[in-house]
Amino acid sequence: MSAKSNHFPWNLLIGFLLSIALTLLAVFVKFYTDFSSLVILWIIGAFAIFQALIQLFMFMHVTEGKEGVINIVNIVYSVFLALVIVFGSIWVLTSGHAAH
Amino acid sequence: MSSHTETPLEYKSQQSQMNILGFWIFLGAEIVLFSTLFASYFVLEHNTAGGPAGQDIFVLKDVLIETFLLLTSSFTSGLAIHAMRNHDKKGLLTWMIVTLLLGAGFLYFEINEFLHFIHEGATIQTSGFTAGLFTLLGTHGAHVTFGIIWISLLLVQLVRRGITEKTSSKLFIASLYWHFLDVVWIFIFTFVYLKGMVI
Repeated sequence: MSAKSNHFPWNLLIGFLLSIALTLLAVFVKFYTDFSSLVILWIIGAFAIFQALIQLFMFMHVTEGKEGVINIVNIVYSVFLALVIVFGSIWVLTSGHAAH
Repeated sequence: MSSHTETPLEYKSQQSQMNILGFWIFLGAEIVLFSTLFASYFVLEHNTAGGPAGQDIFVLKDVLIETFLLLTSSFTSGLAIHAMRNHDKKGLLTWMIVTLLLGAGFLYFEINEFLHFIHEGATIQTSGFTAGLFTLLGTHGAHVTFGIIWISLLLVQLVRRGITEKTSSKLFIASLYWHFLDVVWIFIFTFVYLKGMVI
């Protein structure tokens, strides 16, 4: 994190090109391959997570500053909560518990 | 994070450092907020109540235009912060204005998309699916709208006061917010649109 980073912002450009490539790849996998819908969901889901990491590390510089470690712990914990909320809700509300 | 380099202006004062840390904690809360909306959508997405399903109303071309507009705006806001760290006020201002225009373009396409949904008979009251869809997309769109107003006001401050410890810290925080909106959109694009469309 240099204050005078006069050099060309390569990390931004690479992150941007990777994001576009991953978006187009996801569309390709979804519409032009013969995988089962579950496999497709896993692949495009992995692409989405990779893109989110690009934003976090190459654009937002999450590890930058004195509180870099706190930032990581905070984001990891938030993502953990998000996963519990999303998968917990789907599990509780769609696996037939309501029928009993 | 190497120690031999100069600290960027937005991290200079203790107050700015705390503001940036505080904003990261707020973004953590935003992740949880959006996760509840995603959870509701995933639970409700098959409950179409005789109304249209995702595959009936989603248009790949429109979604890709929105995605590329937002993706590019995230890139240009990164360029704006890069210019800010080079003490390049003109570059910062220019790239931020480009970012706002791309954001406004995104909103224009999203509003048209909503009108298309309603035209196809999918209003927020149609079914569980449309209620979850409009709530998730609408909350994201409202965040983009708020971001455009917020950054516009910060740019007025920038023009009047120049790049100072305070304005640089505020603009850096706004750029984090803008990148975050793109992160949310990536998941909407993947798990709402791509997942909901059929070949």
